[in-house]
Amino acid sequence: MSGHPPSTYEPKTGIERWLDARLPIIRLGVDLMDFPTPKNLNYWWTFGGILAVCLVTQILTGVILAMHYVPNGDMAFNSVEHIMRDVNYGWLIRYIHANGASMFFLAVYIHMARGMYYGSYKAPREVLWLLGCIIYLLMMATAFMGYVLPWGQMSFAGAVVITNLFSAFDQIIPGLGTAITTWLWGGFAVGGATLNRFFSLHFLLPFMIAGVVILHIWALHVPGNNNPTGVEVKSKEDTVPFHPYYTVKDGFAIVAFFVVFAWFVFFAPEALGHVDNQVMANPLVTPPHIVPEWYFLPFYAILRSIPQKLFGVLAMFGSIGMLFALPWLDTSKVKSMRYRPAARVFFLLFVAAAIGLGWCGGKEPDDVVIALGKSETGDPTGFSVVWLSRILATYYFAYFILILPILGLRETPGQVPTNISTPVLGGAAMPAGAAAQAEKKG
Amino acid sequence: MARNPLIAAATAVLALATLWAPAQAHTSQAPLKEAPGGFSFETDIFGRFDVRSLQRGYKVYAEVCSSCHSMNLVYYRNLCQQNGPFYDPKYPNPNDAPKCKAIAAGIKVPDIDPDTGDAIQRPATPADHFLNPYPNKAAAAAGNGGAAPPDLSVMARAREGGAHYIYSLLSGYKDPPASLNVPDGKYYNPYMPGDMTSSWTGPKDKVPEGGFIAMPFQLVPDRVSFDDGTPSTTEQQAKDVATFLAWAAEPKQTERREAGFAVMGYLLLLCGVLYISYRRIWRNVGH
Repeated sequence: MSGHPPSTYEPKTGIERWLDARLPIIRLGVDLMDFPTPKNLNYWWTFGGILAVCLVTQILTGVILAMHYVPNGDMAFNSVEHIMRDVNYGWLIRYIHANGASMFFLAVYIHMARGMYYGSYKAPREVLWLLGCIIYLLMMATAFMGYVLPWGQMSFAGAVVITNLFSAFDQIIPGLGTAITTWLWGGFAVGGATLNRFFSLHFLLPFMIAGVVILHIWALHVPGNNNPTGVEVKSKEDTVPFHPYYTVKDGFAIVAFFVVFAWFVFFAPEALGHVDNQVMANPLVTPPHIVPEWYFLPFYAILRSIPQKLFGVLAMFGSIGMLFALPWLDTSKVKSMRYRPAARVFFLLFVAAAIGLGWCGGKEPDDVVIALGKSETGDPTGFSVVWLSRILATYYFAYFILILPILGLRETPGQVPTNISTPVLGGAAMPAGAAAQAEKKG
Repeated sequence: MARNPLIAAATAVLALATLWAPAQAHTSQAPLKEAPGGFSFETDIFGRFDVRSLQRGYKVYAEVCSSCHSMNLVYYRNLCQQNGPFYDPKYPNPNDAPKCKAIAAGIKVPDIDPDTGDAIQRPATPADHFLNPYPNKAAAAAGNGGAAPPDLSVMARAREGGAHYIYSLLSGYKDPPASLNVPDGKYYNPYMPGDMTSSWTGPKDKVPEGGFIAMPFQLVPDRVSFDDGTPSTTEQQAKDVATFLAWAAEPKQTERREAGFAVMGYLLLLCGVLYISYRRIWRNVGH
């Protein structure tokens, strides 16, 4: 069974019948709420709803911030401080927005990892996965430009580093990269014009994300949800209506997520930031150690692991490109890694590699991971961060282009249940959440 | 930004969980000192400031720091707002508070005469920001060996260690080691982040921690006489002005933390209610 069942909505009043014949919007809402959803979804599946709430939170707080923010090179930094000091609850709105970006990425990484573990990108959900990748790409662009807006030292340095990546294309066609960067900057250096256009785009992109989210949900509702077994829904016994079953479960998860979110907002609002961004942008002073926000660190590590700039840039974009190709790289017919013991190990190593790359991205490339000796100045020498990045980046790419294609052809998967209800109803009915806990151990 | 050990520990765990790796430059700096008695806004669970320390800190700023450093984001009215150094509950609008009016009235700020267009000096009002000691940035740089003294409005948020760093720096001046060539117009401070390899003539593996700073030692004992009779030691002046700068960097921080407890309480309660609802709605579903 896939897609929406015949609509159960029956207009009861004259006005409803009139509207239903012209714009069946109530029918749409009712059908969405009635959507048959696999009954075995665990807590990893709540992050879709959490992400929707994150997007709404960012748009609401962002629109209010835009009422007080001034996108001008001389005034931006002080206008942000004006929000913090003089706007009623401005500190709250701004800290929700700034930490909300981190929470958004935390949730999206869990959401993506869930999709990768349970094979949610496989047929018939490739388009659903691709739309998710596009959302992720738009999120990265939005977050990058948003980080530039406070116009602190790290904002400025980040804008310089990222826009300069495009100058690497000079190595393909001389002049091309320079032309692109000049076009991006609106001048010959990062400056007021750059800030103003980044503000404009930072306001625009979230609404584009919202549009792609609608497509993402549409593409979800055609094949229906994947589930922890990876076995498609076969009968009505396998599903429950979305409301009230998943509205209440997602609602619980969203509020639990808000507890973590609120902790950062109220008690550690700058823990994920950088002190240098409290200094107004000054093109004449470069911060000693430029680091992006934590959610970009793995890609930053991949970029820096290759000394040749063009190939570093290509590797960085390629690492995101891998995600787009994923549905066609995984050759296994079995969706869920619950029944793929070997794949499970490789996947956990992949997660560890991604986290390890994030750690490397926050360090200096020459920092020593394993000290083997001492230089004449007494500093340790040995196995450095840049080499660790190279090893981890190699595994990152190998997971996509070697391990998944080959493993799917060679591995012996475990016994896959015939339907969703069998594996869990074989014994006594499990209490809610037990399935999720079992998954965590895997 | 940790304010007490519990929060520090939880923040550390969360920060680790999200793998935020702190920046690590090749510069060096001595481990920061702890202010005697600790900072009030860190030891108090709600992040409340010791008002007397704030008042003394403002006096240190007004009598010492403000002769070179601006605080363009702080207004005289801020001194009398809630959780500020001179807050008086009788005046919910800080612009009306006599204390702030009096402080402002004693300071002359530049303005333009609206009738003649002439540049004039007039007494400040609570709506004016702290007086800038120099007419412009070029004058500030010219008066200080080519580099303008930094604005102190958000200084406590703009340096690793915050108030601990400010305290350590201001009270931590030391005579430079013998093998260190201190440039003209610069001073050695072990808490100033820096790399002194090129100025060091001693053994290469013994380069001292710290850096050079353009500001000489300021807070000699009894530089500021405190109205409440507190002995004016270097450490006391440094601690009080660090407290004041920590407040000035985010004047709403006490309000934020107080609100945080209410919000967390509400969210945890709602979380519990939703979990019970979830268990109840799902009670008949085998899954």
